[in-house]
Amino acid sequence: MIHFVLLISRQGKVRLTKWYSPYTQKERNKVIRELSGLILSRGPKLCNFVEWTGLKVVYKRYASLYFCMCIDQDDNELEVLEIIHHFVEILDRYFGSVCELDLIFNFHKAYYILDELLIAGELQESSKKTVARLIAAQDSLVEAAKEQQSSISTIISQATK
Amino acid sequence: MNPFSSGTRLRDMIRAIRACKTAAEERAVVRKECAAIRAAINENDQEYRHRNLAKLMFIHMLGYPTHFGQMECLKLIASAGFPEKRIGYLGLMLLLDERQEVLMLVTNSLKQDLNHTNQYIVGLALCALGNICSAEMARDLAPEVEKLLQFRDPNIRKKAALCSIRIIRKVPDLAENFINPAAALLKEKHHGVLITGVQLCTDLCKVSSEALEYFRKKCTEVLVKTLKDVANSPYAPEYDVGGITDPFLHIRLLKFLRVLGQGDADASDTMNDILAQVATKTESNKNAGNAILYECVETIMSIEDNGGLRVLAINILGRFLSNRDNNIRYVALNMLMKAISVDAQAVQRHRATILECVKDSDASIRKRALELVYLLINESNVKPLTKELIDYLEVSDQEFKGDLTAKICSIVEKFSPEKIWYIDQMLKVLSEAGNFVKDEVCHALIVVISNAPDLHGYTVRALYRAFQASSEQESLVRVAVWCIGEYGDMLVKNVGMLDVEDPITVTESDAVDVAEIAIKRQSSDLTTKAMALIALLKLSSRFPSCSERIRDILVQQKGSLVLELQQRSIEFNSILEKHRNIRSALVERMPVLDEATFSGRRAGSVPTTVSSSTGATLKVPNGVVKPTAAPLVDLLDLTSDDVPAPSSSGADFLNDILGVDLSPASAHSGTSQAAKNGTDVLLDILSIGTPPAQSISSTPDIFSPSQNQKTPVASLDALLTPSPVSARAASPQAASSIIDLLDGLGPGPTVPENNGPAYPSIVAFESSSLRIMFDFSKSPANPQITVIKATFTNLSSNVYADFVFQAAVPKFLQLHLDPASSNTLPASGSGNVTQTLRVTNSQHGKKSLVMRIRIAYKIDGKDVLEEGQINGFPRDL
Repeated sequence: MIHFVLLISRQGKVRLTKWYSPYTQKERNKVIRELSGLILSRGPKLCNFVEWTGLKVVYKRYASLYFCMCIDQDDNELEVLEIIHHFVEILDRYFGSVCELDLIFNFHKAYYILDELLIAGELQESSKKTVARLIAAQDSLVEAAKEQQSSISTIISQATK
Repeated sequence: MNPFSSGTRLRDMIRAIRACKTAAEERAVVRKECAAIRAAINENDQEYRHRNLAKLMFIHMLGYPTHFGQMECLKLIASAGFPEKRIGYLGLMLLLDERQEVLMLVTNSLKQDLNHTNQYIVGLALCALGNICSAEMARDLAPEVEKLLQFRDPNIRKKAALCSIRIIRKVPDLAENFINPAAALLKEKHHGVLITGVQLCTDLCKVSSEALEYFRKKCTEVLVKTLKDVANSPYAPEYDVGGITDPFLHIRLLKFLRVLGQGDADASDTMNDILAQVATKTESNKNAGNAILYECVETIMSIEDNGGLRVLAINILGRFLSNRDNNIRYVALNMLMKAISVDAQAVQRHRATILECVKDSDASIRKRALELVYLLINESNVKPLTKELIDYLEVSDQEFKGDLTAKICSIVEKFSPEKIWYIDQMLKVLSEAGNFVKDEVCHALIVVISNAPDLHGYTVRALYRAFQASSEQESLVRVAVWCIGEYGDMLVKNVGMLDVEDPITVTESDAVDVAEIAIKRQSSDLTTKAMALIALLKLSSRFPSCSERIRDILVQQKGSLVLELQQRSIEFNSILEKHRNIRSALVERMPVLDEATFSGRRAGSVPTTVSSSTGATLKVPNGVVKPTAAPLVDLLDLTSDDVPAPSSSGADFLNDILGVDLSPASAHSGTSQAAKNGTDVLLDILSIGTPPAQSISSTPDIFSPSQNQKTPVASLDALLTPSPVSARAASPQAASSIIDLLDGLGPGPTVPENNGPAYPSIVAFESSSLRIMFDFSKSPANPQITVIKATFTNLSSNVYADFVFQAAVPKFLQLHLDPASSNTLPASGSGNVTQTLRVTNSQHGKKSLVMRIRIAYKIDGKDVLEEGQINGFPRDL
């Protein structure tokens, strides 16, 4: 099971956090502090796994961002690397070659995508296409609601003119 | 309305925060935003609610408190539109977790949304429930989720499956409801549903053996077929990862098969073929393929034995181990740890490669490899492997030295074929990484040295040389100082030369130098300095020519600010000056320390891994401890004329080794099993006339690794530091433990012994609605304390909630109430609540107990109060 997902920038700034196991706010801050110290200091050629308080953290660096997932001792580390890559590819497809700024200004979208990918710390969907389709469908629902809203407001404004 | 389209304001805030150059600036911006959001919340602003929540999420991610926005999530979730719900649920998952009570308020909205006609809204609700539901919510909403497992859209079914996982993890009792619908998911074609369905079944097996049996019987073949299909499937662009169709599904199927095959030969047999196929046919040039192979190997290792498959698996691991990719090597080491219990011989073949991994530049790999090497060592390979490890110790990173040292010491102790080899290796470790060696390892070494009379000379010379080379290693200094104190004459006279040794010329004053350096060194800690003082005392008798010089050194320490050292130096000085006639007898060589007793003592504290450092001296097996009083008196009462030879019991050898400074600690270790001995010791200490508070209060730092609050000595240690009298007044709990101690009672007041005189139980209180029984027990050694077990029985037909029992006693009594077993008292005597009271009667034998009681509880929310006085206690309590 994935206990949490962290996106940390090279400067140690948090870009996304998702907790599937209960951690208090204090613990969360501690975890983030400890892990960013541990992971950011590791050299580029080293393996992508860090053992940490009886759990394992699998991380991978994409450009300036570290994608970290914390898993149980007996989970498959290599698979988690694939899950991270899966997530990155979906983000890439959605934003069109994703960069850190996309994830900062549209952080909610990144969360929506993650929610289509993982629930309860388990993988939900192995098809990138399906995730993209589901996100697009929900985005269009939002768009539709927005249009309806604005058309109503134009009607009201015309009526009150 | 889209929360973010008009939301240049959110963008603006993010920009403003990003533009901040200092943390203070950032805090100011956030503070301003939070103030604005709070204001909007107070005005119940609808239009910007979603935008405000989005901002709060961003602020939350930066680590600022955002609890005030929690209710906004609930409001957004309760609104009708999809956009509001979407952002509301996101906020809920980010800002809240399962332990917040606010979360309960969302249960109803969740229930409605789970039954919503819009499948995306159902999806949002499932996602939120799956990510943060608490046990209560799981119970409330399980039926809805169960229904959704059969929903028409597969995307909802897969979400419902993962949500079910969360539910059964929170409430395992609910598992059986999910078995059948979960089994149905295994027949699906949609990959998302299959993946989640398999995962759900795997989790069900973890919590329910019934589920495991069911799936094993009904689903093994289906799963094998599914795995076969996906492994043989032609190129499928939608699921392709590096040339492999859906590795995620592969892995989950393999994992589930492992659960089914473990401990069941038939199921294991069914899956043999497909496992062989996966193990041989999977491409291993990409990470995805290796992930599958890795999972497959683990499954092969876990299911019932099939020799051929295991060979295949070990070969795969061998390939992994020689891979250049660090990740692959890491998982190979990880898996070899598991394989070692299955086929140790096969793993041994890779020993050389594994040993190389110990020296890897990657800390994660080093750690894994070291643990594996530790498991690989046996009598036949211990010498070469230890040599490799010790050689590596010289060049390893500082932060790795601790782990490495602990492992080497443990290996050397466990497998050493002969004493000289053990001593040699330990000396190497001490010289290389003495600062990382644990105290108990040093003690073990000293015991071994003491037991090898023919090696005394050799050891002390080797230590002398090692000390010259690396005097900065604390543990080395300690062992060297101890040995020179004991065997200094052998060092100087080159007694017991072995063939392997080079002769060495050491004068008496050189030997004294070692102890002097140890005392004067800035970095020496208290124990080392104290040991050096003892060594000097011993040397003063062995080397009469240096006697004057030693006295000078001792005199210098008279001014030490550390009481322990000061006291030692003063007392030793007086031995030198006033008691020359008994000095030589007093500082005779230590009797041989009993190895068997020592290893018995250590057995519990140093298991295969050496990581446990605390509590080593505490785990004294029953019966080992002999009275500790005599040696302690020796040590403290140094001016007395008779010098009884210390007995070689386990408890006192520590004093013997370390001298006075450890005496409370060893008394401590002695008392955990035999409190009476400890008491005697303390009484002895108190009565001999040396200032007791001094000798004890100066020791806490030596004391620190061993904490056992239950033992009387520990509490005494805490109490004596200020003054016993004030401590006695401090708390009744502490006071009673002191009384215990002085009366020579068993450890701690919390364990009432039932060996006291029997007292009849009484009905202490009875009304139409309630009966209270008192059972008494008392330890014969401490008649003042009575332990009362109160049993409450409900005589009415109503359940009593919030049941609280209170009692008051007159001043000559002290009362302590333990928590009650429950605060709900079931109706009509169908269950009891019990509570333990402890009464200390300071006028024992003169006055008997008396007590006023008050009982408060609620019937259907109405408060009820009952009061009474109990006079009918048996006499003599």
